[in-house]
Amino acid sequence: MELLYSITLGILTACGVYLLLRARTFSVILGLTLLSHAVNLFLFSMGRLRTDSPALIGVVSEHADPLPQALVLTAIVIGFAMTAFTVVLALKAAVELRNDHVDGENPDEDRP
Amino acid sequence: MSHWLILPVLLPLLCGALLITWYQASMNVQRLLSILSCLGLTLLGIYAVAQSGQGGYTLYYLGNWEAPYGITLVLDRLSALMLLVTAGLSLCCVLYACRTADRRGAHFHPLFQFQLAGINGAFLTGDMFNLFVFFEILLIASYALLLHGGGRARSRAGLHYVIINLVGSALFILAVGTLYGLTGTLNMADMARIIAESPEEKQPLITSAGLLLLVVFGIKAAVLPLLFWLPRAYSAATAPVAALFAIMTKVGIYAIIRVFLLVFGAGDDPIFPWVWVWLWPLALVTLVLGGIGVLGSASLRTMTAYLVIISVGVLLAAITLPGEETLAATLFYLIHSTILAAVFFLIADLVGRQREEGYDRFYITSPVGYRWLLGGLFFIAAIGMVGLPPFSGFISKAWLLQSAAGAPGGVLLWGGMIGASFLVLMAVSRAGSGWFWKPEPIAAPLWPLDKVCFSIVAVMLALSLSLAIWANPVMGYLLDAAAQLRDPNGYIEAVLGGLSAGGVL
Repeated sequence: MELLYSITLGILTACGVYLLLRARTFSVILGLTLLSHAVNLFLFSMGRLRTDSPALIGVVSEHADPLPQALVLTAIVIGFAMTAFTVVLALKAAVELRNDHVDGENPDEDRP
Repeated sequence: MSHWLILPVLLPLLCGALLITWYQASMNVQRLLSILSCLGLTLLGIYAVAQSGQGGYTLYYLGNWEAPYGITLVLDRLSALMLLVTAGLSLCCVLYACRTADRRGAHFHPLFQFQLAGINGAFLTGDMFNLFVFFEILLIASYALLLHGGGRARSRAGLHYVIINLVGSALFILAVGTLYGLTGTLNMADMARIIAESPEEKQPLITSAGLLLLVVFGIKAAVLPLLFWLPRAYSAATAPVAALFAIMTKVGIYAIIRVFLLVFGAGDDPIFPWVWVWLWPLALVTLVLGGIGVLGSASLRTMTAYLVIISVGVLLAAITLPGEETLAATLFYLIHSTILAAVFFLIADLVGRQREEGYDRFYITSPVGYRWLLGGLFFIAAIGMVGLPPFSGFISKAWLLQSAAGAPGGVLLWGGMIGASFLVLMAVSRAGSGWFWKPEPIAAPLWPLDKVCFSIVAVMLALSLSLAIWANPVMGYLLDAAAQLRDPNGYIEAVLGGLSAGGVL
């Protein structure tokens, strides 16, 4: 399980970073989303990966650490809000600057 | 246990919530509430400084949960000082905004209050994840404030600012998650205690988490490879927002001081020297780059943004030097540079409003109305910024240089600071002589000068002067603050020993 989990994290992060370095805002936002997914999964795994152990004392002999789950919830909520904000901001920038490049300038603008 | 310590967070939060739900309220009511909140924060800041000046730590356990489990708010001398500086600055900014920019977009005042709630929370919290949450609050508010007023330049700068800070937040969670996985706690004092006792094989991972945090706070503070968002963002913001943002880089610096001197600073073999190895050269190059940027700026707002970068370079380089007195002098420079950067952003607006075209750009020759008044104000501010007597710039720089003289590497800091000051001197001389030193007769001004705005800037400069006049008590306070910061064990004992000693409720 650990191996599968780490590979998933690695792929998500790699895709996120790759998309983050693209020049158009939509890819960048997708990259940010993937990166925050990877980070949330990472944070979740910091309570150690275990099966069949809910975060309840007294139900099972070995209970999971509830704190990372709470942290992940917080991080997901913040990340969700931020994604929504970035999408709106990117739309606003695309309308005002008349292109969707991250620098606000289309490098091919002058090409005939 | 008294509950006042939560007020610096609650007051602006409630005020902002009220303002955003009661959005039909007339502009004057909104302004009144916002000013009252900032006034209340200033009084709280003064009380906090008085309280922490007596020594010791003031603690507040949220929901009365015991220290390593619940969230603890900790007030020591440094956080009290930061609260007061933020509150004073915010009062000036909100008064200035009421006369100028707050009508140019929706919800200026609620956003301003949320921003203050986030900043104050970041200064007070003693919990790692809570620090992340407050950082997010202040960032989200600052995203919207940066865009206040609209326009192409702001959209473009805002996009960069938002994206780099979102990446920073992702790295912050990574670092906090790693630290939690290694130590099993989020309370800073508890984390410091566990890291100090952690076995050898965990050290590389802890150090890497620390370096990740340096990247995160480096984005906020704008240290060298992570500073390129700053000039564009700060020069695009409206004047009162940019003036408030003068404290934002200092939040990053505060976080660096707090986290590395406390969490990575306890024990016989602390980890923070491994981080300083990276920070020291980067800070020096930041300082030099800021100096070059000041000289190459085309407008006063961009120039001020680079002045902020210079101050960040000086502060971070000085933090890495050992000794209590250097740290105290660094904090003095922090107060001075915050006030002066805000003053420069406001002066850029004052001058820009009196010119027919070009706003605050240097390369457009358009006469400035009220040349004598504004010229005098600019002259005084420039003296303060360059570091000539009698203003706080002189004392802070002299004290910093004096205390750094004996330190290893102090020579480099001397060279960097004096060289940057010289570049700043050239840049402000050029700007001032281009605008105000003209042979032509003074024409009748086209627009009336806003007396309130002018007085606000004058009062801020008077504050800088009074910081120099009453430097002695301030220096005493800062020396105590530095001593407190250099002794992480006191903090750990205060936070973790508070409940068992029966010191609460």
